[in-house]
Amino acid sequence: MSDSLLQDAPSTAAHPLPDWFRKNQKAAAARFDTLPMPTRRDESWRFSNLKAVDPQDFAPARPVAPELAAALLSRSHGLKSPAGSTVFANDRLLAHQLSPALAAQGVLWLPIEEALQSHGELLKGHLLKNTPLLGSDKFLALHQASLRAGSFLYVPKGVHIEAPLQTFHWVAGSGQAVFPHTLVVAEEGSSATVVDWFKSEGEARNLSIAANDLVVAKDAKVHYVSVQDWSRQSVSLHSNNTNVAAGGAALHLGLHLGGVYSRSESVSRLEGAGARSEMLAATVADGAQEFDQRTLQEHGSPDTYSDLLYKNALYDRAKTIVSGLIRVAPHAHRTDAYQKVRNLILSPDAEANSLPGLEILADQVRCSHGATTGEIDPDELFYMQSRGIRSTDAYRLITFGFLNEVLDRLPHEELRSQLQDALKARLRGH
Amino acid sequence: MSLVIHNLHARVVGGQEILRGLNLEIEKGRVHAIMGPNGSGKSTLSKIIAGHPDYEVTGGEVLLDGVNILGMEPDARSRAGLFLAFQYPVEIPGVSNANFIRAALQARLAAGEELEATEYYGDLYKEMDRLEIPRGFTARSVNEGFSGGEKKRNEVLQMAMLKPSYAILDETDSGLDIDALKIVAAGVNAQRGPNIGMLVITHYQRLLDYIVPDVVHVLVGGRIVRTAGPELAYELESKGYDWIKDELEAAATA
Repeated sequence: MSDSLLQDAPSTAAHPLPDWFRKNQKAAAARFDTLPMPTRRDESWRFSNLKAVDPQDFAPARPVAPELAAALLSRSHGLKSPAGSTVFANDRLLAHQLSPALAAQGVLWLPIEEALQSHGELLKGHLLKNTPLLGSDKFLALHQASLRAGSFLYVPKGVHIEAPLQTFHWVAGSGQAVFPHTLVVAEEGSSATVVDWFKSEGEARNLSIAANDLVVAKDAKVHYVSVQDWSRQSVSLHSNNTNVAAGGAALHLGLHLGGVYSRSESVSRLEGAGARSEMLAATVADGAQEFDQRTLQEHGSPDTYSDLLYKNALYDRAKTIVSGLIRVAPHAHRTDAYQKVRNLILSPDAEANSLPGLEILADQVRCSHGATTGEIDPDELFYMQSRGIRSTDAYRLITFGFLNEVLDRLPHEELRSQLQDALKARLRGH
Repeated sequence: MSLVIHNLHARVVGGQEILRGLNLEIEKGRVHAIMGPNGSGKSTLSKIIAGHPDYEVTGGEVLLDGVNILGMEPDARSRAGLFLAFQYPVEIPGVSNANFIRAALQARLAAGEELEATEYYGDLYKEMDRLEIPRGFTARSVNEGFSGGEKKRNEVLQMAMLKPSYAILDETDSGLDIDALKIVAAGVNAQRGPNIGMLVITHYQRLLDYIVPDVVHVLVGGRIVRTAGPELAYELESKGYDWIKDELEAAATA
């Protein structure tokens, strides 16, 4: 099944990629071939509609025509003044920029292929170094074997980047597969916000196997946002790894809108004392969409904190799965770990699955997890209507509010308002 | 021009009749108060007029400037000029006050017309200042985490922004300390005038010291049993409701 996907692995054209990277890619290609396709009998794929995921239906994306590239560039509306901005279409670089002031401070913001060529050693210790824990070993192997597009951000010690850095990943044309990657390395005491926009040109069916590594050093702060807005026929798999050292803080927010089957895996590893991680997701599911979300809050040190809030709004025959585990290592005393899943059911045919789990081996731990599933509150509806708001708009506004509670946790105002716009465009009345 | 309630009968869906032939006319420019003991049907009346789905009308009509509103959806009644200030305002997580009020105003515009943002915020801030509501309020979620006083001020703010022809204030004094009550009452009084008729529903006379009504009605057993000037409120305050009930029973057995 892998032949068509692997035969067109990244070209190494003008500048050679580092040997270690090429070796890893080769090994990953072999792994992809030998690893079995997961089945629903695997614990980490319970309830998943694996039939939707067949890499055989797709081939590595071909470059888009120049006119389309220009059109996609002009449609890459992001922040008014981002610290850096990069645009890819079908895994090919279209545009790239970084604020010169940041470059002068030693900040690196590079397309990942260029970063591999120019700063290979810097990437070597971080790129896809984490063992997959949530079931996507095979797909991550394909990601690694095929990786050619994405952004690398390096923030030197003590440097604070106020404005977010943004990457657009476009895909165009039927049956194309892309493998976006984002690698963020934030050195001690630094801070940055990064956003990935995943968007399709048109309604074609595509495959995306994306991954990111967020490496948060001592006392550093990283906020990462992904907006999954692929076409409604597409298949999307996205794996996030967040590693937080002592005193560091991470925030990971996923806004999930597109795809027919969309799986997101997110692991937060709290590796140093006092490390913190917020894991957030807001999902709008309609039609026959399925959003399959798997999380792990891995507390490996004392006094660590993690807070997960995943919210799903479901229309029609849509389906969501949130399976989350909090794991507290024996010595990770005084851990605070929270996990909240909230489902808003907007149709009797929708299906929300919540599978929480706890594995606590330390003392003096505060952990809670809870999942609730409910419908639109009739009192809220009546209150809105009593102000003249039509019931169809009231439904939309209440649903917006439900998901916006997640977006409100993001401190960056302009970015938050863009996410709110993307969310509003996706919501329906009743 | 008036809000006329004519021979209104109503109940909780499938339940006992609560309103039993209620008659009332609220003219524009006047403030009516309804007082009554617990269980007399005061809150039911406000919900029925606003169109709450838990209640059903079994007879009579409610005419807003001559138009029977009982067949209309709650939102259509609001757009027709009716306003209900809730006894227990509802919390709407994740929806900011500014967006909420904006959506209510937007709903009053023709399709394709957009509310002018600068003008809207100008009006909103002016009314907020009048009610001593700080600016940070606009970004907070509707009523979420609000104190009793903040919630009631928010009701009066919405009323000021929506400019109804007829407003029903349901137990607006409940949950308020005296300072909050004065602010809320001042906000209501500022809206009094020839273009609005008000119905103030309360259990206690206290509110009517600050919002002085033109007419006071007593509601017992789902009917208006007595109508008089503001002095009636004081009589009820000193004598309670039992004497009216006793008189009614005496009349019924006579």
